[in-house]
Amino acid sequence: MDKFVTHTGVVAPLKRSAVDTDQIIPAVYLKRVTKTGFEDALFANWRQDPEFILNQPTFATASILVAGPDFGTGSSREHAVWALRDYGFRVVLSPKFADIFRGNSGKQGLLTGVISESDLEAIWDVIDADPGVQMTVDLEARTATVGDLQVAFDIDDYTRWRLLEGLDDIGLTLRNEEAITQFESRRASWRPRTLPVP
Amino acid sequence: MSESIDVGIPDHPRTLAEKVWDDHLVVKGENGQPDLIYIDLHLVHEVTSPQAFDGLRAEGRPVRRLDLTIATEDHNTPTLDIDKPIADLTSRTQIETLRRNAEEFGVRLHSLGDKEQGIVHVVGPQLGLTMPGITVVCGDSHTSTHGAFGAMAFGIGTSEVEHVLATQTLPLKPFKTMAITVEGELKPGVTAKDIILAVIAKIGTNGGQGYVLEFRGSAIRSLSMEGRMTICNMSIEAGARAGMVAPDETTFAYLEGRPHAPKGQDWEDAVAYWRTLPSDEGAVYDAEVFIDANELEPFVTWGTNPGQGVSLSDSVPSPESFSDPNERAAAERAIEYMDLVPGTPLKEVPVDAVFMGSCTNSRIEDLRAFASIIKGRTKAENVRVMVVPGSARVRLEAEAEGLDKVFTEFGAEWRFAGCSMCLGMNPDQLAPGERCASTSNRNFEGRQGKGGRTHLVSPLVAAATAVRGTLSSPSDLDPLDTSDSVVTSGAEA
Repeated sequence: MDKFVTHTGVVAPLKRSAVDTDQIIPAVYLKRVTKTGFEDALFANWRQDPEFILNQPTFATASILVAGPDFGTGSSREHAVWALRDYGFRVVLSPKFADIFRGNSGKQGLLTGVISESDLEAIWDVIDADPGVQMTVDLEARTATVGDLQVAFDIDDYTRWRLLEGLDDIGLTLRNEEAITQFESRRASWRPRTLPVP
Repeated sequence: MSESIDVGIPDHPRTLAEKVWDDHLVVKGENGQPDLIYIDLHLVHEVTSPQAFDGLRAEGRPVRRLDLTIATEDHNTPTLDIDKPIADLTSRTQIETLRRNAEEFGVRLHSLGDKEQGIVHVVGPQLGLTMPGITVVCGDSHTSTHGAFGAMAFGIGTSEVEHVLATQTLPLKPFKTMAITVEGELKPGVTAKDIILAVIAKIGTNGGQGYVLEFRGSAIRSLSMEGRMTICNMSIEAGARAGMVAPDETTFAYLEGRPHAPKGQDWEDAVAYWRTLPSDEGAVYDAEVFIDANELEPFVTWGTNPGQGVSLSDSVPSPESFSDPNERAAAERAIEYMDLVPGTPLKEVPVDAVFMGSCTNSRIEDLRAFASIIKGRTKAENVRVMVVPGSARVRLEAEAEGLDKVFTEFGAEWRFAGCSMCLGMNPDQLAPGERCASTSNRNFEGRQGKGGRTHLVSPLVAAATAVRGTLSSPSDLDPLDTSDSVVTSGAEA
């Protein structure tokens, strides 16, 4: 995973709440067996509307999305993160994220920062006044700056550290190989086993 | 009996969730690091696994515990002509990829045509693999289903699927706990589905965020395992990481004798341990919610998220009735998408289709409930009714009871097992503009097919709707002269 320290790019407003992962990427696009190439699938149904925010030339190169509360609810599909990433997004800011989506994001280098509802409105106001404006996101300082406005965002220390260092979870866990093996040696015999097939 | 690392004798009363967590602690996280939690059972399906197996291959890693891993084909599988090659090429490729991965890595797989094939959340419990006090994960948010047994079960993303395949563990931050106490007696015609839809309407689609929900109270205790699975299944629709019900005699009776249930001394040891799992007297939850079961009525969603629901006897709400601006905007948008008029009684809303299936409601008890209402009645004209069993075994069981005849004589399509129209990854989809009463779990825009409109309901409401052609409960049906249906006669009283 690439390290994430700061990022500057065009910021797009997504003025909707409870954007579920079925909207971020409809199920028909989940049939692929690759981990990349999902950019066409992002918000596929909404993008058929010419008025949709990402269809506006001003926001064509957006890499930061600022969305209403409850972003990423519903299905656990990590494809939602891949689609955002493949489209070019590096950051999503929202007052609230669904747990699974947020976990998935952290594993793919997509920064999800929690902002207050009032900062959400303030950011949207800045973008409305100056569409196409760029935002700078500083993970070290946990701030997002757009125009004269600087807001703080929340991200847990562990995810922040992993993003800053670009660390891979499996590698980290395998440092505990011995503890895992010891745990397994104590596992009760009644606990389920899928093999052998009875 | 302690299998976990020595965390000392707990000095405080613990909840069910805390007990299961503590007993799976491999490494306690310090300084803000997550805990490393052991995973007892990993369920795999074709949609969220191909990229995980690719990751293993790229790093030259094996599957650490093949004996704790099982795969089935469900999301893409057709529910007709299952003996023919899958027509949709991308679906076929995804299924074939799972088959190749399973063979290469040695993972047990139940393929289309196998009698253990079916929706992953129906297969695990049916085989007796899902049991109290274990941890269960799957690359599917409805893994919360397995919490009905007193397991800690949650959905994960593909990166985590790879992580579990490689290490049989997950780094996780402890969850908060929420007690949802449902006391009282359900009226006839009111079921587990109505309880969970009412819970979600009450706490909202984000109300459970960060929590493990523990469902408790007399109304939960009196539910069958199937009913408890329906409730835990939809915990994710309240934003929760997991839902749980403490194990009891109902749980043990369901499990005993199933293919993978413990046997002999293992069974005795297991039951003795399982009896220690219910939350201790005085255990403290981070939040508590109370629901009066006596007051519940059949429920239905009117909007495009599972929290947008009301009693079936109510009307489509007006967006102005929501004080929160986000909720008001969401309601406006939902009512427009659903093509509804505020103030319309929901019982006057006509449907084009009825879908009886999904990991929420496709077990034998659900099919029996549906059959009990339609038996001897006539299907509404122009309503397409699909009945999709949750697993090949449920299908066989239903046929052994003659339920298939009830379905086909009524004019319903009796299909093979899979996720089907719950999410329409296979050809089972709504056409744009079609309206469906569905026993599934999500009414998101386009979920059941692009432009499709979904009303979430219980199997009993789905059945009554199939008869009348408008959203209906069993109590709206004319009595049958020779009805032997307790549910119907009771609901009319």
